[in-house]
Amino acid sequence: MTVPTDITFTAPTIEYATLYPVLIVFGAALLGVVVEAVLGRRLRYQVQVVLALGALVAALVGTVLVAGNLQEAPGTVPARGLVAAEGGLAVDGPTVFLWGLLLLFSVVSVMLFAERRLEGGVTAFAGQAAALPGTEAERAASTQGIEHTEVFPLVMFAVGGMMLFPAANDLLTMFVALEVLSLPLYLLCGLARRRRLISQEAAVKYFLLGAFSSAFFLYGIALVYGYAGSFTMAGIDQAVSNRTGSSALLLGGIGMLSVGLLFKVGAAPFHSWQPDVYQGAPTAVTAFMAACTKLAAFGALLRVFYVGLGGAQWDWQPMIWIVAGLTMLVGSVVALTQTDIKRMLAYSSIAHAGFLLVGFAGVWAGDGVTSLQSVLFYLTAYGFSTIGAFAVVMMVRDAGGETTHLSRWAGLGRTSPLLAGVFAFFMLAFAGIPLTSGFIGKWTVFSAAWSGGAWPLVVLAVVLSAVTAFFYVRVIVLMFFSDPVGDGPTVAVPSMLTATVVAVTAIATLVLGVLPGPVLDLAHNAGAFVR
Amino acid sequence: MSFPWLTVIGAVPLVGAVVVLLLPRRGTLPQTVALALSGVPLVLTVVMALQYSPGAGMQFTETHDWITAFGAHYALGVDGIGLTLVLMTVIISPVVMLASWRDGEHGRWSTNSYFAWMLALEGLAIGVFAATDVFLFYVLFEATLIPIYFLIGGFGGAQRSYAAVKFLLYSLLGGLLMLASVVGLFVVSARAGAPSYLLSDLVQVPMSESTGRWLFLGFFIAFAIKAPLWPVHTWLPDAASEATTGTSVLLVSVLDKIGTFGMIRWCLGLFPEASRWASPVVIALAVFSVLYGALLAIGQDDIRRLIAYTSVSHFGFIVLGIFAFTSQSASGSTLYMFNHAMSTAALFLVTGFLISRHGSKRISDYGGVQKIAPMLAGVFMVAGLSSLSLPGLAPFVSEFLVLAGTFTHSVPAGVLATLGTVLAALYILLMYQRTMTGPLRPDNAMIRDLGIREVAALTPLVALIIGAGFFPQPLLDVINPSVDATLQHVGVSDPSPGVPVEASSEGSTP
Repeated sequence: MTVPTDITFTAPTIEYATLYPVLIVFGAALLGVVVEAVLGRRLRYQVQVVLALGALVAALVGTVLVAGNLQEAPGTVPARGLVAAEGGLAVDGPTVFLWGLLLLFSVVSVMLFAERRLEGGVTAFAGQAAALPGTEAERAASTQGIEHTEVFPLVMFAVGGMMLFPAANDLLTMFVALEVLSLPLYLLCGLARRRRLISQEAAVKYFLLGAFSSAFFLYGIALVYGYAGSFTMAGIDQAVSNRTGSSALLLGGIGMLSVGLLFKVGAAPFHSWQPDVYQGAPTAVTAFMAACTKLAAFGALLRVFYVGLGGAQWDWQPMIWIVAGLTMLVGSVVALTQTDIKRMLAYSSIAHAGFLLVGFAGVWAGDGVTSLQSVLFYLTAYGFSTIGAFAVVMMVRDAGGETTHLSRWAGLGRTSPLLAGVFAFFMLAFAGIPLTSGFIGKWTVFSAAWSGGAWPLVVLAVVLSAVTAFFYVRVIVLMFFSDPVGDGPTVAVPSMLTATVVAVTAIATLVLGVLPGPVLDLAHNAGAFVR
Repeated sequence: MSFPWLTVIGAVPLVGAVVVLLLPRRGTLPQTVALALSGVPLVLTVVMALQYSPGAGMQFTETHDWITAFGAHYALGVDGIGLTLVLMTVIISPVVMLASWRDGEHGRWSTNSYFAWMLALEGLAIGVFAATDVFLFYVLFEATLIPIYFLIGGFGGAQRSYAAVKFLLYSLLGGLLMLASVVGLFVVSARAGAPSYLLSDLVQVPMSESTGRWLFLGFFIAFAIKAPLWPVHTWLPDAASEATTGTSVLLVSVLDKIGTFGMIRWCLGLFPEASRWASPVVIALAVFSVLYGALLAIGQDDIRRLIAYTSVSHFGFIVLGIFAFTSQSASGSTLYMFNHAMSTAALFLVTGFLISRHGSKRISDYGGVQKIAPMLAGVFMVAGLSSLSLPGLAPFVSEFLVLAGTFTHSVPAGVLATLGTVLAALYILLMYQRTMTGPLRPDNAMIRDLGIREVAALTPLVALIIGAGFFPQPLLDVINPSVDATLQHVGVSDPSPGVPVEASSEGSTP
């Protein structure tokens, strides 16, 4: 067999100097797998935690350095950054902002993963995930205090995927990133040490629905490729702007892509996985998903719609309006009837996805607060508050582990006023009361939407904010104005890790509410996406 | 840079709140410290007021950039209207603290937190009255909800939790509608050039007619809920009846004034055209509130609810005066805010002392009390008479000004509103007659007369009610120029009310 001579192979150029934060994270994930296999049981936990946190911090520092070195990109809109990895990845202002935020949230989440004091010296993850629930093997694993630490490499893989997802500059890379971030999450959801059946149920539900949505996403990619003849954002943008080809292919493609992305965001009507998964997953994983998955998914959503499909704005904007309205409505109204704190926070997360979509729906890039800036700020504000809220949920326990039924939270304000006060503060932030980050976040998305002409959505959002306030306030009433039922909840004393997380997130929520200027400027200076 | 009067006056109670919270829970230490701390802003405000020169616009101004991306500033300043209300706040707060010396002991939490929340509320309310930036105003406006929510929910009667949640949800709904308008203002301001939330910048922003009207509605509904105006008043009787006496006073005398203050400062200031457009409806609602509140007050058997309904009636007068757009009526309304605070505080406190002795809030549980508690009955009489606007007592002057101004604007509204004063005589005198006169009920025999602390708390109020009744001129001198300036901005003039004059702020539609 002869090799044709006219085909020459050029090695791809990879901009290592720009992409190394991602590589650090993936490297640490691979190393973590080796550590899990090689090291003895006694050392594993310490090594894994140090490795994960160290890599995340190193990647964070790297991201800051990369952000400082971004060059002005050619083009009409002011943007900084470059298209790297042969067109596969775009490292621009929004990307590095999202990377930095994602790594920050990951550091905080991994600290929650590493919490051991609440479970009496072991992590909150299954000692032996392979042991079936209720079997002798499981009992043996728990009596011997067996502990595996595979969650750390898993979470590192997920973080790596999340970093690629919003940076992906072509749809195939984006799909790969989607799978890289999703698969570890499915596993993580099923790894709870207690209530394993509900945890595994959550994992299966998440996996099945996630697989469906991935299929939709992939089909959407195929249709868009059929229309544009290109996978890259710039190529799609060119085809869409020139209106070449059949618009049925494009509209079908937009619809399918939206299903995949809106599923990850947690928008109605693709939200039904969220309450079950949030409730069943170990709480640390829930916190990680609520902050980080949402962040990565919104980053990707923004890039696909603003860059790739920007020319078809008039086709997809009505759909986003409807989805945003529906998401807020479902999230806020259904949350009213919840009796489980984690389910309530899940519906609240859906409602907040709706508020984020309101900012997104404005598609405003002119004077004042831009849509991109508003969504980036809201993600920052919401991420900190939500991780903090779930960290508090981890601490409220009874003999059976975390006690998430709302009735068990009655009277918490009397037994532990400080913790209840912090949780009440997070609730006020979710409700958007001034002097919390939630208020500034709401303000930014509403003003961006209004500037873009979406004022009916703003009015709807404002009315539904009042509805959401009702169930947030209900938790405060329960904690402070109701008497404890029976023995009441106990608040376990956490280790420094969880305590630090709660303190940091509460301070961030306050600072972003009082002095949001620097972060807003940072989000503004991120500029536009590069093409 | 000159001395930051308003920042200091507002910050002392806020810092004081933290101090009081951290004090050891021993004896009457928290009360004493809180009272002393609330005296500081009173002294400072009096010193500041002596330097105020009437008619010179906003004074004691401080302006610093806060959130540049939003055009939000930390900007404070007072004109005659703001100064009157700041003065009102710093007078009422120490009085309330002295009067509710032991009220915090039966609450869900410690006495420390009761007084800490009160101080926090005072500081935030001062900020609300002094803010000259819409964003800052909104933030403080919403922030006042938190202390009052915990005061109602933590230290009240059996239904306090329900009352607190009802209050909070009403207020949040109003606040969020206002948020939509605040966001809208930003967009309007950003389109006109650099975004800014300063009152002085916003009055120069050109705004189309329909935009102005929509934004006006967002603000007005929030203020109507706060004030409260019929039909969004139903939270007030519940809250006032379930909260402790001190909380009720702060709620009705200070916090509700934010609503009427907001109307005159922000609705009239930012949306002159829309204010003129809405005035017929607002006047109708106000007149209805006057009559509705008075009629329901007559039918009440619960003393606290009765006073709450009289306030609905009185707030109707205040709103009426503002939207009648005459200089008498608007000055009268501003003065009424001050006088109503004193008069209602006296009425709430003296009936609160009565209720604390017997334990019942029902009028039908009392009778002949004046025989054994003459001082209590005497103060009750004076406070009641001031509430029905007896000539010689402070509210008379303001109510007269409101009605006189309203008559020149609209005779039917004036006639109907005057009926409210007749009904006022009925509800006050009936309550007095049933509780104080007649034969002494046997189960009332243990009612003691007022103690020294209680007399000390009531004295300044009674003195102000009588003093401002005979000499309202110093206050009016402060108020009148600012009210005139506001009305001029709205574009209405006294002799021919209702005829719109093109105001300078209304440019062409962009």
